[in-house]
Amino acid sequence: MTANVTSTAPPDPAAYEAIQATPEFVELRRRLRGFIFPMTVAFFVWYALYVVLSAYARDFMSTKVVGHINVALIFGLLQFATTFLIAWLYERFSRRRIDPLAEEIRDGQGASR
Amino acid sequence: MRYLAAVDPSTQRGITISLFLAFVVVTLAITFWASRQTRDATDFYAGGRSFSGFQNGMAIGGDYMSAASFLGIAGIIALNGYDGFLYSIGFLVAWLVALLLVAELLRNSGRYTMADVLAFRMRQRPVRTAAAVSTVTVSIFYLLAQMVGAGALVALLLGIKANTTFLGMTATTAKIATIIFIGALMIIYVTVGGMKGTTYVQIVKAFLLMGGALLMTILVLWHYNFNLSSLLGDAAAKSGKGDGFLEPGLVYGKEVAGNALQTFYNKIDLLSLGAALVLGTAGLPHILIRFYTVPTARAARRSVLWAIGIIGTFYLFTLALGFGAAALVGSADIRAQNPGGNTAAPQLAQALGIEFFGGDLGGATFLAVIAAVAFATILAVVAGLTLASSSSMAHDLYANVIKRGDVTDRQEVSVARVAAIVIGAVSIVLGILARDLNVAFLVALAFAVAASGNLPAILYSLFWKRFNTTGATAAIYGGIISAVVLVFFSPVVSGAATSMFAKSDWQWFPLSNPGIISIPVGFLCGWLGTILSSERNDSKYAELEVRSLTGIGAH
Repeated sequence: MTANVTSTAPPDPAAYEAIQATPEFVELRRRLRGFIFPMTVAFFVWYALYVVLSAYARDFMSTKVVGHINVALIFGLLQFATTFLIAWLYERFSRRRIDPLAEEIRDGQGASR
Repeated sequence: MRYLAAVDPSTQRGITISLFLAFVVVTLAITFWASRQTRDATDFYAGGRSFSGFQNGMAIGGDYMSAASFLGIAGIIALNGYDGFLYSIGFLVAWLVALLLVAELLRNSGRYTMADVLAFRMRQRPVRTAAAVSTVTVSIFYLLAQMVGAGALVALLLGIKANTTFLGMTATTAKIATIIFIGALMIIYVTVGGMKGTTYVQIVKAFLLMGGALLMTILVLWHYNFNLSSLLGDAAAKSGKGDGFLEPGLVYGKEVAGNALQTFYNKIDLLSLGAALVLGTAGLPHILIRFYTVPTARAARRSVLWAIGIIGTFYLFTLALGFGAAALVGSADIRAQNPGGNTAAPQLAQALGIEFFGGDLGGATFLAVIAAVAFATILAVVAGLTLASSSSMAHDLYANVIKRGDVTDRQEVSVARVAAIVIGAVSIVLGILARDLNVAFLVALAFAVAASGNLPAILYSLFWKRFNTTGATAAIYGGIISAVVLVFFSPVVSGAATSMFAKSDWQWFPLSNPGIISIPVGFLCGWLGTILSSERNDSKYAELEVRSLTGIGAH
């Protein structure tokens, strides 16, 4: 082994198409896309809402909530909170639902060679 | 000018220079140590893929949190209040694009550069050429902004004013000397230490920056008995702008009374800025190549998580730094020192040092520490940018376009080192020429180009089976050209008092930020180029997809 830390040696091109067609791989892609696409739409819409409100809803954003803390500040801090939350959810999702399946496919490919 | 002028400048200069030189000595030692560990191309380009997720996360933070983040955002908040926070939010949320859509898939399918992924299933030469053009364009814009910023800062932080000299240098010669010094250092880091050396420089910088920002944040909050509301209230009162200081609208999306058209443009400009901030990060080449420095996709994911943690925390600190500077230094003193507010954070450090660390000497010391941290920040970022562009010139242009893949690793790395020297020299010359121009917009332009050209090409590459060579080149060139052309005809370049060329006027595009037009143009060009070409390669897409999702065959 060289120092280069790689998982598996590349199979021949036809093998990739074979792997792509396996039910395990189809399931892996379905799971991953089922999480990342909706989540991307969700955080983008949430962020866009914040920017649009900053531009067009100044009265709402300047409403004071506690002391000098207003809606704009809370909305901004919520963007931080949701970013941390989504990052954590994604890590948990990947660890539970993606990594084991990807590993299974890698191992299966290694065994069949 | 009260704060910076109140201290004996020679004491504070001495401390700033000693601390900065200490940073330089330590990082150079690390760089020479790293050079002994750099044996092959993977070591030079990707640090041997041996960094842990945590180390790479810190390095990403060090690569990403530029002078624009530290000095710029604190300055905008200090002078204009809430609007600076928009940058912090955009720069942070952007990491979700990198985390969810790009980091792991890129790590598995590429090798050294962004173009490895874009050209994976395409004809190599046109796509790699386009990717190299875009990598060098984005990196040079970004580099230039950092270097000119460093030059402007040194005069201020070393307290060199008009008609005074330091070591026999006037403000102009000090600026030029700083640009040359920073350029020379970044060339040494990259040519000697490669990715390993650069990574360690970025990690050290990340810790210094976080340590400095954390300490300042705690002291600001301490001053207000950890009551955020009274900090905000005091900042608003001292700003002279009242509650408006705590609300969006003082700079971005400004409402101009009696001019509905300008108000409309200003609001669209704000949306445009928001779009470029959130979509640009995942297209920045110097950030993307950092994902190759870890062994697995899982480690790439963990590095983004660490990066989100450190970057998010840092941007929360910028709130305390900015509002703290507004309250404890005051906008008049900040403006007197630097009209753009770039010295707000160091000035705040001085005020805090005077209050908490025993008077003027404490103030001078803390100012010096934060000034040295600011220079360290700039150095780590310019090194990352130089590495990204020289890697692309060697691996994409030289090895794959000119030599068509027929090169040894050793030749490729030699070319990368020469390219780093060339890039460094070019940015030194451009930096000196632009030293007195207002080039702060170049960072925003780099984000706009990355969002308009690189991001569409990367996303289509990873997720769209039909995507092909014509589509990839069309997306990249379409995105770059539309962003650059629109900015050239925008008020940031000419036709306004704050323009780079304030005395000329060829402006017709009303927005300062091109993103809202150029990002859709990039995506549209990529789609149109693809469907107008009959090329498609389903078997290569199968290879890319399997490799990116499972890591089979990954480097």
